[in-house]
Amino acid sequence: MTNGADNEQALPGQTSPTSSQNSTPSLLVTKLQRSHPEWITEIRVAHGEVTAIVPREHIQAACSDLKTSAESRFDFLADLCGVDRGQEEEPRFEVNYHLFSTTKHHRIRLKVLLAEDDLHVPTVTNVWRTANWHERETFDFFGIVFDGHPDLRRILLPDDWQGYALRKDFPLRGYEPYSLK
Amino acid sequence: MSSTLNVPPQFEIVDRPLDSQMTISMGPQHPSTHGVLRLELVLDGETVVKATPDIGYLHTGMEKLFEYKKYQQGIVITDRMDYLNPLGNNLAYVMAVEKLLELEIPERAQTIRVLTCELQRIASHLVWLGTHALDIGAMTVFFYCFREREKILNLIEAASGGRLTPSYFRIGGLMMDLPAGFEPRVKQFLDGFLEAVDEFHTLLTGNRIFQKRTQGVGVISAEDAIDWGLSGPCLRGSGVNLDIRRANPYTGYEKYDFEVPTEADGDVWARYIVRMREMKESHKIVVQALGRLKPGPVKADAPKVVLPDREAMKRHMDALIHHFLIVAEGFDVPAGEVYMPIEASKGELGVYVKSDGGPKPSRVHFRGPSFVNLSALPQMAEGAMIADIVAIIGSLDIVLGEIDR
Amino acid sequence: MGLENVINAALPEVLTTRLDSLINWARKSSLWPATFGLACCAIEMMNATSSRNDLARFGSEVFRASPRQADVMIVSGRVSRKMAPVLRRIYDQMPEPKWVISMGACATSGGVFDNYAIVQGVDKIVPVDVYIPGCPPRPEMLIHAVMMLQDKVMKESSRDRKDVLEAEAREAVVPGTLPVTDGSTARQNVLPESRPYTIASKHERRRSS
Repeated sequence: MTNGADNEQALPGQTSPTSSQNSTPSLLVTKLQRSHPEWITEIRVAHGEVTAIVPREHIQAACSDLKTSAESRFDFLADLCGVDRGQEEEPRFEVNYHLFSTTKHHRIRLKVLLAEDDLHVPTVTNVWRTANWHERETFDFFGIVFDGHPDLRRILLPDDWQGYALRKDFPLRGYEPYSLK
Repeated sequence: MSSTLNVPPQFEIVDRPLDSQMTISMGPQHPSTHGVLRLELVLDGETVVKATPDIGYLHTGMEKLFEYKKYQQGIVITDRMDYLNPLGNNLAYVMAVEKLLELEIPERAQTIRVLTCELQRIASHLVWLGTHALDIGAMTVFFYCFREREKILNLIEAASGGRLTPSYFRIGGLMMDLPAGFEPRVKQFLDGFLEAVDEFHTLLTGNRIFQKRTQGVGVISAEDAIDWGLSGPCLRGSGVNLDIRRANPYTGYEKYDFEVPTEADGDVWARYIVRMREMKESHKIVVQALGRLKPGPVKADAPKVVLPDREAMKRHMDALIHHFLIVAEGFDVPAGEVYMPIEASKGELGVYVKSDGGPKPSRVHFRGPSFVNLSALPQMAEGAMIADIVAIIGSLDIVLGEIDR
Repeated sequence: MGLENVINAALPEVLTTRLDSLINWARKSSLWPATFGLACCAIEMMNATSSRNDLARFGSEVFRASPRQADVMIVSGRVSRKMAPVLRRIYDQMPEPKWVISMGACATSGGVFDNYAIVQGVDKIVPVDVYIPGCPPRPEMLIHAVMMLQDKVMKESSRDRKDVLEAEAREAVVPGTLPVTDGSTARQNVLPESRPYTIASKHERRRSS
């Protein structure tokens, strides 16, 4: 992609466009799969985006490798969200990690699939501190427990709320109308 | 002491020495928290030992609401998220769905999107400046900023019908073309805007009180900023030159010539300077966008997704059927998932849309920049005074609608 | 307030129209709002106070941050379930006479958001005097609502507002605050009955009927 006017200040975060062409995300992920085949079970490329499905026991290792390795440098966790695929699907839940590199400007998505009866995932707060609030929000809405999280409690819903609001079996209007009593 | 006062048994008076810590709750109803934010401050005198944000007082359940609405109905909900930058929210959502549908947006629609989004960015920064200065004590700036903002709101209302909740973009283009006489009005606004920004500078930038209250306050380093996921002016104020309009360009931003202002200090003052310079850069982009406007269609050529022209609907059968189906049943979006990041006025606004193949999305998640920016507040606020907390919250430019969704 | 209650108590058969007019005129010309901006409507409220649509012309000169110094609470924005007790508590802290303007569709009836998180109308929590539709309403609509409220205030009579009975006031408990320490509950050694919010004053019950 072409760059507009050159930015005069050479500050951290800025890079020339040519360095990113050698290691596009799909190449990175296939390389990672070759070196650690148990870390990545499936790779999907669609709409210009690369998704790698990671089994939950290896998510911490995969994330920290992607963060530190010189070719990928995914130092920015853009988003961490949970998805309820529907009550009939097996596995029912997934957790998506959207990674971004501030120097190379490429993006990748990691996905962890979870079955309904065992909603535990290791936390990635030791890799990126920003995962703290994102994981709290995912726990709040789906009930997915992040093992090793320093402070896993509800963040958006009231503290005494019963149920997990964004699951498909939670009704839109909730369970009871609001009353002061 | 407790023996002489008749206090009910469930309360007890404990003797505390004067220099121990006190936990106090700031908010949720507070004039300086920019919305319903509650901070639990652990204070040692006037110094903050620990500040913990407690959010959720404006939680609206928008993400759940998206799953029950057709794709085009969801655009209206996105307005209410970051209500200072509604066109930005609209753009992010609409572009995410367009990415799933793989639609091609005509040139004129892209230019108008850039034009209106940059006007909206200026409007959002004006509210930030007005409220931030008001919290620090400069009340005049508030009125001046809102005077300029009224002009922009008039322009947005002329284009879309809504001042604060325009919902101007549609999946496949715009709601409708710009009204007649719009370009001269934009030019008129632009002519007076740079002097207005200089006026704000004369009021604030040289003011020693403002400098003392903002320089060295709320410092965060570049590595910490990236680790905490900060984006937008908060990240650029710490020296990281990252702008999604440059890194992952969208809507034709690669064709525009603008600078990305960056400051190295990482304090409240740096973020202030970055946003002031950004207002001038947005002004530049709007001037260029005005020059690029050429006549053309404003909706993509996709009859199953985009509503047909009103006149065509009244005369042609297929247009009528398409109109009816789109409005009544919605259009099917192929199954898949997409993450669309844009540079909103507050940072990286990312929309994650997952579709199951039907007319309603299966999951929509908004990565709100204010949500992530606020998570860095505990680190910025350690060791600051209570008055500094006010300045720091102002400099983060948070909007609770986006945090709580 | 004290003076008119004394007059009403001492001379119950006397009509007080002149006094009412004076009191109501003073009240309506200086309705000070409590800052209760929640969401998008708050921005339009800020627009209503800015120089183009100037709400201060009508007497709402200052927006008091402390509810104890405010007359009217303009609930502008959506009230979520977590915020509802806070709303009620702020309302309770306002001294009589007080009014409530419910600004916007979300405060009036839940608005666009008919779901688990939003209270469907703030009148489930506080008694409302003026409802403003719109999403968000234009600043001119807010000014119109303030003028409607002023008309309503002019029609009030000082007989409608009596002080809440003193004993009732002492019984009322807001959680998290110490009860009135005259020692009555301590002497009985019993916990005050846990009522989450203050009971409605007689004035309030009359207004909502």
